Amino acid sequence: MNLPVIIKFVIDLLAVLLLALGIKGLSKVKSARDANRLAAFAMSLSVVGLLSYYLGTSGIAVQSWIWIIIGSIIGSLFGAILAKKVPMTSMPETVALFNGCGGMSSLLVALGVAIFPISGGQENFDFFKSLINEVSISVSIFVGAITFTGSIVAMAKLQGWLSTPGWTQSKVRHFVNIVFAVASLIAFFDLINGNTSSIWLLVIVSSLLGIGVTLPIGGADMPVVISLLNSYSGIAAAAAGFVVDSQLLIVAGAMVGAAGLILTQVMCKGMNRSLVSVLFGGSLSAQSTASSGSGEYTNITSCSVEECALTLEAANKVIIVPGYGLAVAQAQHTLREVTKKLEQNGIEVVYAIHPVAGRMPGHMNVLLAEADVPYEQLKEMDVVNPDFPATDVVLVLGANDVVNPQAKNDSSSPLYGMPVLDVQEARTVFVIKRGMSAGYSGIKNDLFDLPNTSMVFGDAKKVLNDLIGELKDLGVGEK
Amino acid sequence: MSFISLLWVLLLGSLLGLELIGKVPPTLHTPLMSGANAISGITMLAALTLIVKAEGNVPLLIIGSVSLGFALFNVVGGFFVTDRMLAMFSRKPSNKK
Repeated sequence: MNLPVIIKFVIDLLAVLLLALGIKGLSKVKSARDANRLAAFAMSLSVVGLLSYYLGTSGIAVQSWIWIIIGSIIGSLFGAILAKKVPMTSMPETVALFNGCGGMSSLLVALGVAIFPISGGQENFDFFKSLINEVSISVSIFVGAITFTGSIVAMAKLQGWLSTPGWTQSKVRHFVNIVFAVASLIAFFDLINGNTSSIWLLVIVSSLLGIGVTLPIGGADMPVVISLLNSYSGIAAAAAGFVVDSQLLIVAGAMVGAAGLILTQVMCKGMNRSLVSVLFGGSLSAQSTASSGSGEYTNITSCSVEECALTLEAANKVIIVPGYGLAVAQAQHTLREVTKKLEQNGIEVVYAIHPVAGRMPGHMNVLLAEADVPYEQLKEMDVVNPDFPATDVVLVLGANDVVNPQAKNDSSSPLYGMPVLDVQEARTVFVIKRGMSAGYSGIKNDLFDLPNTSMVFGDAKKVLNDLIGELKDLGVGEK
Repeated sequence: MSFISLLWVLLLGSLLGLELIGKVPPTLHTPLMSGANAISGITMLAALTLIVKAEGNVPLLIIGSVSLGFALFNVVGGFFVTDRMLAMFSRKPSNKK
């Protein structure tokens, strides 16, 4: 072993260690920010390690430097700009976009190696070694392409650029996807047999497969898909690690792949969906429109903002249940003002955060933190559920399925078994909502029919602004 | 590296990933996902290798450079956006004036 090899080995080892510590640290609120920086540092360290290794051994041609600099500057610049500009509410689609680009990168590497086999490393031709090489190239392309097209479709759907086309809900889609999958398998074997041109077939059909699998999935399930695709991009990176013979890539890719799978599992649990039904079941609303024939509301009580303000003023304990609708209306800051007023009046205010509130686990925490809500006031579902019977007023803001009592009471409901917030146990429930439209699941919400529930119709931000006005008139929070 | 030892690396890496993520509060799932996502941009190393080993092959250089660009877009964007999210969590002591 010569010196550059030893140095690279040490740096790689250090980078893996720091990346692992980074991921570990990201799991605690206190250390998360430093851990993220640590991981970023580890990544730059790995680049330094790789470049110094090549400088010390084969040297790096000027031409290579030029292309390295061009690629780095453009990629980093766009990444940094997007990361600074994107609003917090669009976080899920941003992660999807970044993720897709990671997949694209793995795909391109494999494609490059496949078309122009790189010299070095394989001086003596070895059948076993070339087989491994071809398999890892194929895996890298297959997974990379699915990650890319799947993520782009997911992003487009979350942005509202793409709706779920009706035909994708029919059974035909399974047949189409199976055809794509079989075609990629054929291309794969053809490639191993030495037919290099079939690599293009592999690229095309696996891209189509990524689209075909993601397109039928409804908006509600998208976070799960993004998380799964995040896992895939790790797998694609690991496969690319086999292609260029880099342990560091394999370790880091495998870690991300495993992490993504765990996260996906957690999200599925929170939404009471199995991964299989997310991937192959199509959009949930399409399934349930047929089954929920009893979807008529019989006992809706609507009330004015003024009544709502009066009830709030008399309360001792208030629980806020924020949902994605709040984020869409960009009303988290207005909400914070309302709760500030209530707190000044000595009313205890707590936010009940369902595990999948917002559009990703933890998304709502980020949005509320952005509005300066103290971290201690955010309570997780299991912690807050026993508190509802002792609560005077619950404000449901843009949440729907996560407060549907059907999930507990009605075994025929598609929601049955999903963990929900027991808001109906509280004395009074106000649901602030634009209209009677159903939630993501498309299922009727029994909560709205209950006698202690009142609907306040209107845009969340406008209602909250009116509420501030009413509270002011009542002299709440002014001393 | 022999293929078998690379497989070991893959296996141990996966186990490490499973173990590391096991106990995360839901609060941090979105930042964690975005942080992990940034790490998956580690393919930038593969892209760099490709460029260094291209030996003047211009199409390969271009493919490598584009790949590097995509990977860095993922890495830089991912870490920045994660930092932005986490900055909001750590800001909380300041608003208790």
